[in-house]
Amino acid sequence: MKSRTLIIAKNDLRQLQRSRDFWIPMLFMAGLFFVLIPTFLLLVISRIGDIHVVQQISSTLQVLPPAARHAIEARCTTPTSCTSYALAVYLFAPLAIVVPLTISSAVGANAVVGERERGSGEFLAHSPASEREIYMGKLIASLLPGYFTTLAGFGVYAIIVNLIVGPQVGGWFFPTGEWWVLMFWIVPPFIAMALSLVLRVSARVKSAAAAQQSSGLITLPLILLAYGQSTGTLFGAKSAGWIVGGVAWLAALYGLARASHALARERLLGVDTEP
Amino acid sequence: MNEAPVITFDRVTRAFGDVTALDGLSLSVKVGTVTALLGANGAGKTTAVRVVTGALRPSNGFVRVFGVDPRADGESVRRRCGVVSARPGLYDRLTGRDNLEYAAQLYGLGSHAPVEDAAARFGIVHALDQRVGGYSTGMKTRLALSRAVLHDPELLLLDEPTAGLDPESARAVLSLIDEMATGGKSVLLCTHLLLEAEGLADEVIILSEGREIVSGSPEELTHRYWQGSRIVIDAEDRSSLDVIRDFEGVVGFELNGHAIVQLDDLSRVPDLVVWLTSKGVRLTRVDPRVPTLEDMYFAAYRERPT
Repeated sequence: MKSRTLIIAKNDLRQLQRSRDFWIPMLFMAGLFFVLIPTFLLLVISRIGDIHVVQQISSTLQVLPPAARHAIEARCTTPTSCTSYALAVYLFAPLAIVVPLTISSAVGANAVVGERERGSGEFLAHSPASEREIYMGKLIASLLPGYFTTLAGFGVYAIIVNLIVGPQVGGWFFPTGEWWVLMFWIVPPFIAMALSLVLRVSARVKSAAAAQQSSGLITLPLILLAYGQSTGTLFGAKSAGWIVGGVAWLAALYGLARASHALARERLLGVDTEP
Repeated sequence: MNEAPVITFDRVTRAFGDVTALDGLSLSVKVGTVTALLGANGAGKTTAVRVVTGALRPSNGFVRVFGVDPRADGESVRRRCGVVSARPGLYDRLTGRDNLEYAAQLYGLGSHAPVEDAAARFGIVHALDQRVGGYSTGMKTRLALSRAVLHDPELLLLDEPTAGLDPESARAVLSLIDEMATGGKSVLLCTHLLLEAEGLADEVIILSEGREIVSGSPEELTHRYWQGSRIVIDAEDRSSLDVIRDFEGVVGFELNGHAIVQLDDLSRVPDLVVWLTSKGVRLTRVDPRVPTLEDMYFAAYRERPT
């Protein structure tokens, strides 16, 4: 027999899949951040005629931390290639955090209150699924769309930057080691942390609109924090990413454990939980 | 047959803030019976259903369903219950089949769940592959009914199941209740539409403000609230009906357009007709009246303690 957690997650994902009004804007956002903006900027830098402008940008790279500066200098030989390499490796990294957090928060905000508004929360409340199974199902269904969109975007981004910048820096260079750490060690706990807050909100508010607004407010500081941490990971020492990720995982697990108690069965019915 | 009640409530209370939805409610639903929970909106019917499955925790009191406490062992209780709520609670973006398969998986039926059979039972099989968002209200209720019986529940909890339904769909609901009861299953039917429970209910429990006003079989309630025989009498000149008060054996008289006469014995009716004719009353209607559940409901409601 399949786990009820997975059954609930699969049902939510199937609904998302059939909600074009939801996933088309999300795909557009991922496409914008991972494909359109990087392609445009990198092509402009690579093909720009005014070498003076490129030299100016290249000179600003001197303000980067030594580790980053050495990595750039080790790969590039000209101002154009240095600038392109720096943009590809360092400028777009924080977007890898923004995209999944935005998508997962949007899905998670609707997870519980959406069931209530549809009336299907009543069905779920009367079903044999336990509160933990319902919570975990909702968590997985909220986490996967954002994370997999990001992984797919990451893959496409890797191909684009390698195709555009690779020839200037001696071949395929992306992803760098720091990016692997970012995508698989840092991004997941930050999504989980955001969801631990968003699912609590979704279980407590009266309407989906209120959930979206509240979750936006809650996750904004988290996005900024994640943005800063991911940038620091790439610029900092090699161990920085592992430490940031480790702390994020601890915070995420604590948040998720606490949030699992917020999804009382009665929340699915939309009634006060305090007798 | 197991004689232990399938549902037992003993002084169950549930409050929402300042509002008390259930106020010391005690009830018992026997195995293989149809029990009608009657009451106006806000009487506590929905809360009672939610407490049965453990979806809501009572503030106080003792609850047993299938002999276990739904708060402690909710999964085993819910697995044996089928619930149809006033709102069908379906996933509109999914097809009817998706909805049924989801329920089948949650109830552990696996891939061999009788999805088609359940849908066919309520005449909805033709629409199984359409999105539920395009269904009519009646079709949604039929699908919700199919979902509720998919796992062959021992106890069916129906909360205002015919609300907003066309007559055909409402009839499907009532047929289901009849079928379930005939098959030895237990049914708890919550409704404020008294006609719905008429002829189906083995037991009737009338609720008001979370409390039981009265309970019993329809026969017991008839005996309690409908002593004597009542006849509806009408005449060309309604003012002439006033003389009925003087007829021997009349224990109650009410003139409300037509006259509702309560006699101590139904065998007096022919004598009453002859007597009225002799008094020059030109009768247009003489109709012995069998009490309906509605009559009993209002009789009990009038006498409820305030």
